Amino acid sequence: MSEPLLHVSGLVTELRTARGPVRVLDGVELSVAPRQIVGLVGESGCGKSLTALSVLGLLPAGARTIAGEVRFAGQDLLRAGAETLRRLRGARMAMVFQEPMTALDPLFTVGDQVAEVIRAHGGARGSSRALAVEMLRQVGLADPERRAGQYPHQLSGGMRQRVAIAMALCCAPELLIADEFTTALDATVQAQMLELLRSMRAERNLAVLLISHDLAMLSQLADEVAVMYAGRVVERAPTAELFRAPRHPYTAALLACIPSLSPRAAGRRAPLPTLTGSVPAPWAYPTGCRFRDRCPRASSACEVAPVPADAPHMVACHHPLEARLPAPAIGVPA
Amino acid sequence: MSAPLVTARDLSVRFEARAGLWGARGVVHAVEAVDLEIQRGETLALVGETGSGKTTLGRALLGLVPLHAGSVRFEGQELARLSQQALRPLRKRMQTIFQDPYASLSPRRTVGQTVGEALAIHGMGTPASRADHVARLLRRVGLSAEMADRLPRELSGGQRQRVGIARALAVEPAFIVADEPVSSLDASIQAQILNLLVDLQGELGLTYLFITHDLNVVEYLADRVAVMYLGRIVELAPVDALFAHPQHPYTEALLRAVPRLGTAGTRTVLAGEPPSALAPPAGCAFSSRCPHATERCHKEVPPSFAAGPGHQVACFLHESSIREPAA
Repeated sequence: MSEPLLHVSGLVTELRTARGPVRVLDGVELSVAPRQIVGLVGESGCGKSLTALSVLGLLPAGARTIAGEVRFAGQDLLRAGAETLRRLRGARMAMVFQEPMTALDPLFTVGDQVAEVIRAHGGARGSSRALAVEMLRQVGLADPERRAGQYPHQLSGGMRQRVAIAMALCCAPELLIADEFTTALDATVQAQMLELLRSMRAERNLAVLLISHDLAMLSQLADEVAVMYAGRVVERAPTAELFRAPRHPYTAALLACIPSLSPRAAGRRAPLPTLTGSVPAPWAYPTGCRFRDRCPRASSACEVAPVPADAPHMVACHHPLEARLPAPAIGVPA
Repeated sequence: MSAPLVTARDLSVRFEARAGLWGARGVVHAVEAVDLEIQRGETLALVGETGSGKTTLGRALLGLVPLHAGSVRFEGQELARLSQQALRPLRKRMQTIFQDPYASLSPRRTVGQTVGEALAIHGMGTPASRADHVARLLRRVGLSAEMADRLPRELSGGQRQRVGIARALAVEPAFIVADEPVSSLDASIQAQILNLLVDLQGELGLTYLFITHDLNVVEYLADRVAVMYLGRIVELAPVDALFAHPQHPYTEALLRAVPRLGTAGTRTVLAGEPPSALAPPAGCAFSSRCPHATERCHKEVPPSFAAGPGHQVACFLHESSIREPAA
């Protein structure tokens, strides 16, 4: 295993609220190796997006990282100056969001916007336009010369997302952070975007941190999946293993909720297994393991937060499910 | 088989619209020549991508949009021929559950007012008996009766969707159009709401038209599935047949495109995007993206052919293999 490109450890990010400061991220551990696609999954409010923003140094007002380490290609990002961060973002690590219009300016043509990113990171004025068109072609935008002269509102959602990806990739970053970037797209267009990420990894050695709530999508694309709950990574494992043999009770419950995995032996519509209760608000997180109020396996030991051992299959739980031996011939997503 | 609860014949809905803010005016063919029967007590899933006309078809079946052509019958009565007064008792029998429980609940009304409103409008019960009825409804959907005094902003997404369901059930409907009712909910909450909808159907004999883009939900919940593409139903089949043997090239592409757990990732990627409903292609609507399209597909609209028991597909590929077109 190569040295990780991105390594996050003990990341604590606090949010100022009317009820005082709240640790919305509390010791996040995460690693992405070069050319690796790592999925980060969890329900609304678990801190997936805030993790990405903490890594990029793009936290909103009221949020700040108070502890931990974020290393990118050996550099300590939390202690890097604003100028260093600004140069890294775009050039070596880039981000795409769910709604491509947040990245696009409605008043400029998409070709101008891609060219501007190229110039901002040192590209020559004369060649930047041609490079922009080439980049739009590489992300699979049909008829890129004509499209480059159009405004965002003239493009469909799928085309806009391709433009946002072109802007993110035009400086050949080593890491792309993609936050729910296919959630707003139709299924057939989403499939095209996932294929695009696969080919960008193959052709440009791109590593991807893929943030999503969609376990099924991650199961087909990610090499490794990290599961977040209430501001912590509770389990992390190679994708096939995580889906075959989840060890954290939360991961197991999350997988069981997915309709297509539920057994249909007694005819359709056997009730889906559900979790009791709902994700607590950040100011109401229990002490110790934050899942213990909802966990069928909880004991008094869970009043102390579990400290995970650093292993290929990491699980932060005092009472994990048993590890299961692999069945023969498991399909491994590429 | 008993008479269907809802019957659509040759149903078309068109809107005038502009392409963009300053674009040319045009006519959107939102729903085109749809024939559909929904049987009592079944769950018919309606799947398709953005702009395929799913929501408009749902609204047309409820008599909520003017029809360009064709007819909708509910319990044998043609909706377009009824006066407002004659429609009223039928309206009680048809209800909707929406995707976004944030947008579909009035922020200034308490849960009790929202659920009780429909009862008052339809003159059901007295003010005192209505409060009891609301409390029973709330308990039935898994909320406590005390929730009646809360405002929507005090509830979680799952609780709001339960309120939306209670409101739909208040007037004792037979037919419910559920438009992406679990799409905005997290996985664990989604499972709770699906279980509730299944329980209610068993208990009250409800008929569902379930509009969704989530095939995992469809496979779990539906008895039959209708696949829409650009305003037309391109395939209609029992759920097991559709998932095991999809017949229309679009259905096949859609099933491959949607990531599903427990299936190996497939790499068949359909090129392009659905064309605009303002300028649908001539012939088969899918012909511009179909890997099997022939010259004929670009000229003629394929009728529905029978592809198995209760299985219809609108594709010329199936013309030669089957002797007669479906009625």
